[in-house]
Amino acid sequence: MDLDDTPEQVTHRAQARAWLEQNKDQAPVLSGPGALQDEDEIIAARRAWQGRLAEGGLAGVTWPKEYGGQGLGPIEQVICSQEIARAGVPGILDAIGVGMLGPTIIAHGTDEQKSRYLGPMLHGDEVWCQLFSEPAAGSDLAAVQTRARQGEDGGWRLTGQKVWTTNAQFAAYGLLLARTDPDQPKHKGLTMFIVPMDAPGVTVRGLRQISGEAEFNEVFLDDVELDEGAVVGGVGNGWGTALTTLMFERVTIGLGGEGLGYNSVRFARGIAADEHARRDPEVRKQLGDIVSELLAVRFTGYRTLTALQRGQIPGPEAGLAKVTIVNGAIKAGDLIADVLGPDALDQGSEWAYMISFLPGLKSAGGTEEILRNTIGERVLGLPPEPRLDKGIPFSELRSKEGAAT
Amino acid sequence: MNLALSDEQEFLREAARGTLSRVKTLEAAREALDGDSSALPDLWPTAREAGWPGLLIDEAHGGAGLDAFDAMLVLGECGRVLASVPLLGHLPATAILADAPRVADYLPALASGERRAAYLPSQPPTDVDQRWTADPASGLERSPLPTGARPDANGEVKLSGSYAFVPDAPGADALVGVAVIDGEPAGVVIMADADGVQVEPVRRYDATCSLAHVTLKDAAATVLDAPVESLAGAWHLAQALIAAQSIGSVETALEMSVAYAKERHTFGRPIGSYQAVKHSLTEVLRQLENGKSLLYYAGWARNGAPGEFPLAANSARSVAGRALDYAARTMISVHGGIGATWEHDAPLYFRRAQLSRRLLGGTSGASDRVAGELLAQAAA
Repeated sequence: MDLDDTPEQVTHRAQARAWLEQNKDQAPVLSGPGALQDEDEIIAARRAWQGRLAEGGLAGVTWPKEYGGQGLGPIEQVICSQEIARAGVPGILDAIGVGMLGPTIIAHGTDEQKSRYLGPMLHGDEVWCQLFSEPAAGSDLAAVQTRARQGEDGGWRLTGQKVWTTNAQFAAYGLLLARTDPDQPKHKGLTMFIVPMDAPGVTVRGLRQISGEAEFNEVFLDDVELDEGAVVGGVGNGWGTALTTLMFERVTIGLGGEGLGYNSVRFARGIAADEHARRDPEVRKQLGDIVSELLAVRFTGYRTLTALQRGQIPGPEAGLAKVTIVNGAIKAGDLIADVLGPDALDQGSEWAYMISFLPGLKSAGGTEEILRNTIGERVLGLPPEPRLDKGIPFSELRSKEGAAT
Repeated sequence: MNLALSDEQEFLREAARGTLSRVKTLEAAREALDGDSSALPDLWPTAREAGWPGLLIDEAHGGAGLDAFDAMLVLGECGRVLASVPLLGHLPATAILADAPRVADYLPALASGERRAAYLPSQPPTDVDQRWTADPASGLERSPLPTGARPDANGEVKLSGSYAFVPDAPGADALVGVAVIDGEPAGVVIMADADGVQVEPVRRYDATCSLAHVTLKDAAATVLDAPVESLAGAWHLAQALIAAQSIGSVETALEMSVAYAKERHTFGRPIGSYQAVKHSLTEVLRQLENGKSLLYYAGWARNGAPGEFPLAANSARSVAGRALDYAARTMISVHGGIGATWEHDAPLYFRRAQLSRRLLGGTSGASDRVAGELLAQAAA
C-alpha cells in the first residue's frame, strides 16, 4: 500500500506543474477580482483554455495519441487534475465530452467519426452534450421515446424531446439515444446518433431550477434530418453503446468526486469563522460526522484508481461515492445554514446556490434509488424486483403499464 | 499510488481468518453472556503463535516490525467473528514502549507475548480542551489523568488517580499510558501487581470485550522517555484499531443479512428483491466501503503522513462506529423477530456495536476531533 508517486509519476507531476506555472496567466478568471461576468465571454475563454490544456497534454490524458491524447493511464489523468486544482485555474469546459462521450466514440465510432470529431472535441473547438434522458425516461433510460425513422436513402429523421442536457445551449454536437425499432423489447431497438445542434428542427430551451439559474436545457427535435454516417456503434446497438458512456460516467464521478467542490475544508471554513459555533459540541459532532464521510470518498477514489491500474473496470459501487458526496453536502449545507442563519440563503451567499442545487443533484446521473437497486443487485447479488417490461415489444408497453395500475 | 494489499498482507489476513475460524467464538460469546465467563477461550496463546503481540515492535527486539495497517488487518479479522483477542489493549501499549529507550529491555517479552500489556486510554488535548484526559467512569465530563510528583533519577514515581474502561486490562502484566508528572504529560508504565494498583473488572454488555477500571493509590510507576507525539499517536492508533475491528464486524453483519435476504420469501418472492430491504443493505455497504477507505488512509498516514494521522484515524473511527451500529440494527430488522432473539447471532453484533461505540473516547469523541482538525485547517 502506497500513496506516493512512482518516479515516473513524480516526473509527470513536475511536468504538469511546470506547464501550469508557465501558462496559468492565460487561464480565465472565474471568481474574485477581475472575474469575467459575461456568459458568452466566459464560455469563449474556457474553450480557449481547454485548447491550451489539450496542447499542454493536461486534457484527454487517457485518450490514445492518434486522437490527440497522451495515451497514459487514469493515474496520470488524476495527477493532472490535482495539479490543475492546485494551480487554482479552471479545468476543461467539456468534461462530459472529453470524459464520457469521446471515449464512447473511441470505443464504438467509425474511423471517419473518430477523425472528424475527436480532435475538435478535445480542444474545445466543438463542445458536446449528452442527449440521453427524456421527460419519461430517466432512471429507466431504456424507455426513451425519441423516434428515429430511416428513409429510403438510408438517412434518418428524428422527433422527440430530451431533458437535463448540460451545455446544450452552446454545444456543437450531441450524442443522442433514440428508438429505431419500437417492435423490439425496449433495450433492443435503440440506436446512438451524432446530432449537430445547429441542424434544422433542433430547439434548445434553458431549464430554470430552484436557484433560478438555468444550467440544464430541454432539447426538442422536430423532424431533424441526419445522414447514414450519424449512427454510432451500429443500428440496434444503442443500449450497449449507452452502457459504455455510463461506465465512463462512473469512472469520472469515482475519480473526480471532490471535483464537485464539496470539499471538507471548505465546509469547515463556513463554520470556523463563528467563534461560538466552532466550540459548540453539537455543531462539531455533526461537522465531524459529515466530513469523515466526505474524506472517505477521496480514498475510495484511490481504490478505484488502484483497480483501474490493475486493469479492472470499476463496478457500480463507485456510484456509492456519489451518494455519499451529495448527501454529505446536503447535511453540510444544512448545518452551515443553521450556524449562519437566513443570511446563508441570501443570493449573495456562497452557500445559497449549493443548497438550491443539491436536491436536484440527488437524481443526476441516475437517481439515488436506482443506484441502490443496481448496487444491491450487481454488487450484493440480491434478487431483482419482478419486472413488467421484460421481453415485451416497446410498442405494447404503454397498454401493459396502463393495465397494471 | 497503490491501495491494494501486498502479498504479505493478504497472507497475514488469510492466516488470521483461518486461525480464528477454528474457534467457536460466537457460541462462546453467548455462553459468556449467560454468566459462564470460562466459556471464552483464551486466545492469547493463539495470538502468540501467530506473532500478533509483536506486530508493532521492531525485529531487533523480537517483533515483526510491521505497521498499523497490518495490525488493523488482524483486528478486522477478530471483529468479523467477535474473537476476544486482547490486542486492542496490547498493541497501542507496545507502540508507546517501542518509543521509550528506557524500557527497551522489556520489549522482547511483550513481542513474544510472554508478557501482556494494556493501554490506559489517555486522550491528547483537542483544539478546545487543552488538557490530557482519561475516559470517565460515567457522565460527559472527561476525567483528569492520574498525577505524580517529580520522579527520582531512575524515573520512578508514585501515581494516584484512575482510568475507566481500560480495554484488556484484566490479566495484563503491564499498564501503559499517560500521566501528569510534575505538571507535564508523560508516558508511564505500571506493573499490574505493584502495590496500590487496583484492576477492577467491570460488567460488560458485550461479554467478549474485557474491560477494567484501573485505580492507582501511590502506585509505583516508571516514567517513560517516549516523546509526546508517541503518546498522542497511541491514542490515535487505538482509534484506528477499534475502527478496523468494527469494520470487520460490519462485513459479517452484511454477509449474514444478504444471505438471509436471498433465502427468506414473503408474498412469493425473496425479501431481498424489495427495494426497502435492498436499500437498507446497500446503505450498510456504503458505510462499510467508506470505513474501509478510511482504514487505508489511517494505515498509510501513521508513517506516510504523520501530521494527518489524527484526522485519518479519527475519521475512520467515526465512520466505522456508526457503520457498525447501522449494520447491526439492519441485521436484526432484515431477520425480523428471530433476529432479536437470544439464540441468534445478530444480538451479539448489536451488543458489540453498542459497547465498542462508547469506549476509547467514543465514536462521538472521534467525530469531535475530526471537526477540530478540519476547523484548524480551515483557519490556517
